[in-house]
Amino acid sequence: MSKRILEAQSISKSFHDPVTIPILKNLTFSIDQGEFVSVTGKSGCGKSTLLYILSTMDTDYEGDLFIDGVSMKNKSEKELARVRNEKIGFVFQFHYLLNEFSVLENVMLPGIKLGRYSRMETEDRAMQKLKILGIHEQALKRPNQLSGGQKQRVAIARALINDPLIVMGDEPTGNLDKKNSEVVFDIFKELTESFNQTLLVVTHDNEFAARTHRIIEMEDGQIISA
Amino acid sequence: MKGALIINIAKALLLARWRQTLVAAIGVMFSITMFITLLGFMTGLNDMLDGLIVNRTPHVRLFRDVKANEQQAIRLFSNDEYHFIQSIRPGMSSQVVDNAPAIIRSLEKDKRVLGVSPKVTAQVFYNVGTIDLTGVINGINVEAEEKLFHFDEYVPMGRALDLKTVPNSIILGKAAAEKMQVEIGENIQVTTSLGERYTLKVVGYFQSGIQDIDKVQSYCSIATTQKLIGKPASYITDINVKLYDILLAPALAKEYHSVYETDAEDIQSANAQFETGSDVRSIISYAVGITLLIVAGFGIYNILNMMIYEKMDSIAILKATGFSGTDVKNIFRTIALSIGLFGGSFGLLFGFLVSKFVDNIPFITPALPTIKTFPVNYNPKYYFIGITFSLITTYLAGLFPSRKASKIDPVIIIRGK
Ligand SMILES: Nc1ncnc2c1ncn2[C@@H]1O[C@H](COP(=O)(O)OP(=O)(O)O)[C@@H](O)[C@H]1O
Ligand SMILES: [Mg+2]
Repeated sequence: MSKRILEAQSISKSFHDPVTIPILKNLTFSIDQGEFVSVTGKSGCGKSTLLYILSTMDTDYEGDLFIDGVSMKNKSEKELARVRNEKIGFVFQFHYLLNEFSVLENVMLPGIKLGRYSRMETEDRAMQKLKILGIHEQALKRPNQLSGGQKQRVAIARALINDPLIVMGDEPTGNLDKKNSEVVFDIFKELTESFNQTLLVVTHDNEFAARTHRIIEMEDGQIISA
Repeated sequence: MKGALIINIAKALLLARWRQTLVAAIGVMFSITMFITLLGFMTGLNDMLDGLIVNRTPHVRLFRDVKANEQQAIRLFSNDEYHFIQSIRPGMSSQVVDNAPAIIRSLEKDKRVLGVSPKVTAQVFYNVGTIDLTGVINGINVEAEEKLFHFDEYVPMGRALDLKTVPNSIILGKAAAEKMQVEIGENIQVTTSLGERYTLKVVGYFQSGIQDIDKVQSYCSIATTQKLIGKPASYITDINVKLYDILLAPALAKEYHSVYETDAEDIQSANAQFETGSDVRSIISYAVGITLLIVAGFGIYNILNMMIYEKMDSIAILKATGFSGTDVKNIFRTIALSIGLFGGSFGLLFGFLVSKFVDNIPFITPALPTIKTFPVNYNPKYYFIGITFSLITTYLAGLFPSRKASKIDPVIIIRGK
């Protein structure tokens, strides 16, 4: 049996604005090493909200979250930042690259922050990740000189720099055309198959979801099939 | 490694907005430049004015004041009632310091004393044709006066030391000399308070810069002055004392008063008003400098706020990828402090250059014979205070914006996209 990477135990969340609306209702599930999981459901059903909780950025919820067997409840802001840095990689719908830095430096930033490798090694590793994604030729450009699809690939390289336990994506192909979405999906596929990378991707693209290992389907803040 | 990363990110953000950053840094620079220039000039002025007084004024002056006798005879009879009779008048020889030679010898042995200069004053009339001008002749020991009170600096023409070597010589107040139309080397006539006439040879002019003094005061040797008023060599009216430490003056004045049984006045109580003037000038300089810094501080505050507003996305992704709130705070603090450091350093440099410029502006006035250009003080203390102020101001200006940045919730930003 492979290692349990992430475990959600009866996670609930409500917004209080101005009346209390429950968004997530008692969600329990887990993700194992090497799984490629997609989360689907109608717009507004709470997929993003769930992902922000799983990524430790949102701490305002009931229930408990275990990452790598460790509870995320009662951890300080600093400790959670460390968990995100070390164990979680992110890809959002928007690329969030820093235009002040080159593509290579953007990929390196979380690596330098972690400080596991020297600057030189981090640079080599960043270059390797860019190679996997087929954009190493753009390494010294600024992000604003790249196309939308290229930017998203840089964002994926950045998510991979610290060899995270799990890569999370919130509609990572949402802003891309058909062809670029296909490229990104193929990259994810290769990451699981060649590198045994665990992936959790939120999408409302059913075609995309259908080609993943497992689909978690949500409706009204509840899981209707996992 | 960590610090370098924070600095790197701060630098990148700064350079991305280098125009605004430059304006903010120039604001700081301008205020520090003003601060350094103002303080340098004001304290230069203070030092000069203090110097005018302090250089020439003894730290402690021993003399015998003319005053009513403290021991009125009737009090010896009964001390309880109020007495209307105050019969005993000040005595004839009361302006003389009793036992002066012994006091001088004793003072010269005192380890706290830098030097002692005795003085004899004599009231005279300068005879100009048929008119007599009132004057005061100070009998001095020229060497002691030069060493202790820079006497030679106030003798712009002629040689001060000639007083000692040329018999019956006088250094005449410049204004008096102009009225009498006498040149150096010529003789003048004076009438003493005893009614006798003497001929004195002018060997120099004395110019203090204060017209009223220069009209009246003249200088002779002690022996010449004693001869003018027919007094013996022990006749001394003032003993001027210069100390190693000016701050001891009030205490020593008290001590000498009781030990030598003379009146003793210290420089601080004689010139209290000058301290006040100096303080006011310093306060004004500080106030102007700090006001400018506060204005510059608001500039920095605005820039940081704008930067944070523009860089919300960057802050959000930094946090999402593992930078803590403290890291973000440090990034913006670094930005604020580097604006302060760069602006402040250039401010010091320009402050120094402007001070140098002011220092070279000619400032010639007959009132101040030793001053040729505007006085400037280059005390490193003010440069240190300047850079400290600029760092403190920028730190404070960065405090709230950086705290705000550290509190940004990445979820809200990312959801907004
Ligand atoms: N800050 C908020 N305050 C109140 N309601 C919110 C807030 N953020 C999201 N919601 C609501 O929560 C629900 C789930 O949103 P979200 O997780 O973004 O859905 P999804 O990603 O599945 O489209 C939506 O109905 C949305 O209106
Ligand atoms: Mg969503």
